[in-house]
Amino acid sequence: MLPPMPATDPPPATADLRSEDDHLVLVVSGEWRITRPRPEWSRLSPATPPTQLRIEPTDLTHWDTSLVLFVAAVTRWCREHDIACDQSALPAALQRLGKHFEDETRLPVPTERPSNFIAMVGRAALDSYRKSLQYARFMGECTLSVLFLLRHPGKFRWRDSLAEMQRCGAMALPITGLIAFLVGVILAYSGAVILRQFGGDIWVADLVGVTMTREMAAMMTAIVLAGRTGAAFAAEIGNMRANEEVDALTTLGIRPIDFLVIPRLVALGVMMPLLTLYANALGVVGGMAIAWGLLEIPPQAFWVEMLSIVDLSDLMTGMIKAVTFGAIIGFAGCLRGLQASRSSAGVGEAATSAVVTAILLIIVSDAIFAVIFNALGW
Amino acid sequence: MKNDVPTPAIQAIDLACGYDGVPLLDHLDFTVEPGEIFFICGGSGCGKSTLLRHLIGLQPALDGDIQIFGESFVQATVERRRALLKTFGVLYQGSALWSSLTLEENIMLPLEEYTDLSRQDRQRVACLKLAQVGLSGFADYFPSEISGGMKKRAGLARALALDPQIVFFDEPSAGLDPITSRELDELIVQVSSEQGTTCVIVSHELASIFSIGHRIILLEKQARTIIAAGPPKELAAHSADTRVLEFLHRGDIAPPAESG
Repeated sequence: MLPPMPATDPPPATADLRSEDDHLVLVVSGEWRITRPRPEWSRLSPATPPTQLRIEPTDLTHWDTSLVLFVAAVTRWCREHDIACDQSALPAALQRLGKHFEDETRLPVPTERPSNFIAMVGRAALDSYRKSLQYARFMGECTLSVLFLLRHPGKFRWRDSLAEMQRCGAMALPITGLIAFLVGVILAYSGAVILRQFGGDIWVADLVGVTMTREMAAMMTAIVLAGRTGAAFAAEIGNMRANEEVDALTTLGIRPIDFLVIPRLVALGVMMPLLTLYANALGVVGGMAIAWGLLEIPPQAFWVEMLSIVDLSDLMTGMIKAVTFGAIIGFAGCLRGLQASRSSAGVGEAATSAVVTAILLIIVSDAIFAVIFNALGW
Repeated sequence: MKNDVPTPAIQAIDLACGYDGVPLLDHLDFTVEPGEIFFICGGSGCGKSTLLRHLIGLQPALDGDIQIFGESFVQATVERRRALLKTFGVLYQGSALWSSLTLEENIMLPLEEYTDLSRQDRQRVACLKLAQVGLSGFADYFPSEISGGMKKRAGLARALALDPQIVFFDEPSAGLDPITSRELDELIVQVSSEQGTTCVIVSHELASIFSIGHRIILLEKQARTIIAAGPPKELAAHSADTRVLEFLHRGDIAPPAESG
């Protein structure tokens, strides 16, 4: 039984060597605690090894793993020098614990963990194949879900979708607005520096107008939402998977896609174009502010010049991109969430991977749009 | 100081527990003797886990005092608190193993924080602790690669890393099958007897309470305090309180048949 914790400092752990006839006696005493300083055998071990060594406890008020470690070190040293080590005087529990050091076996780790380069490549290839299948399957399931919900609109989770719209749309207004305004400012600034040299200050309006409506508003909004909403979707669904909430839906016969994915996709599909329109407006205001402050172009002139080049087709190309980007963010977030492994690390990986996938696909699809719109002459 | 009366491992004095100033439990007075296997029992929602959270310092006491080996845990300075925390080990309900670390690394982390052991010695201690709970060889496994019962054992190995004087268990048998649960009970008895470690267990698992519990306290939701304290078999046989009998006989108030 443990002694009570004394009010004064406990006796320190000590180990002393004493010669007795032809053998050495190692006296251990005091209070041995792993969190306190204790003697080290490597410093105590005698230069000339004896024929026999006996470990003897004297006034040993408390012992724990630290003494087990110490005795194990003595035993190892004795074995190396071929010395008989007598531990019979030590507490039986300590001797029993010491035996655990004899068999420091390690089981082979599970096979899922890669061991060599070729295995890693092979596993990565199989993994990519499996993931592609999962993508295709997920897209297919989403399509089936959408068709089902179109036939049964009453089954659609309107409340969830509206709540998501509030979270990914209304609550993203400040950050999207700020970023769009600053992008407008940056565009106007960099445009002004060059255009001024040719006396074409007024074309800053064209530059800001066209770039914002066709490219930057949709792109910047998508990047903000990928970080904000895509990661949140992945983390939320990943956590639900870890808590077996997704399994609970499946066993109830409710498709997780209907319940979790489609309301979020609809929310993003509605909110992305609206946020992009808002970003367009804020971006133009940013450009206008710089044109007025730096180039002394009044807002009216800016507006008239901008309208001479920006038309509805520019706005529409931006909107088409916005809807696509929204779908990409929703797909990536929900898919990664549903793919997450059932642990806290899995949730983190899902969130990271959702953002990376979304941003990558956004850039790739934007490049494809550039080619298509160019071919169509839009 | 009287030497013949050992200082209690834990002493709660008129303790009030709760959140945001609202007490869930009030006027708690109990002592846990060193080396004892002590159960905190009660129905769901009676505040067992809340009391545990207060005992291990995750929640500040609303009133009263908790003394650990005669030293106030409530009034301790930050430094003393940290020193007292070293004397605790906690096995959480879900094991709470860090999922990004292997079992060995899970056990090595507290050793790294609180001792000056070399890396090799820390590894040795981790292997020893794993062997103690019957998980020899699983040092390189991640928590996600082992079963629920093994996670509990690994959690216990981590709780024992610093050779604590008191180990707290939060619902140790939750989610375990009867055999694994019994094995864990045996492990608790082994830990308690081998080094005289005090074990405080929050549980409502009657099989465990009767088979390994030295003493229990029973909390009750309506009374918001302890309604019974003592050895479990004695309470089950002789308590006059119907609430106590009801709990210890699973709602069946008829006196229990003597089991072998």
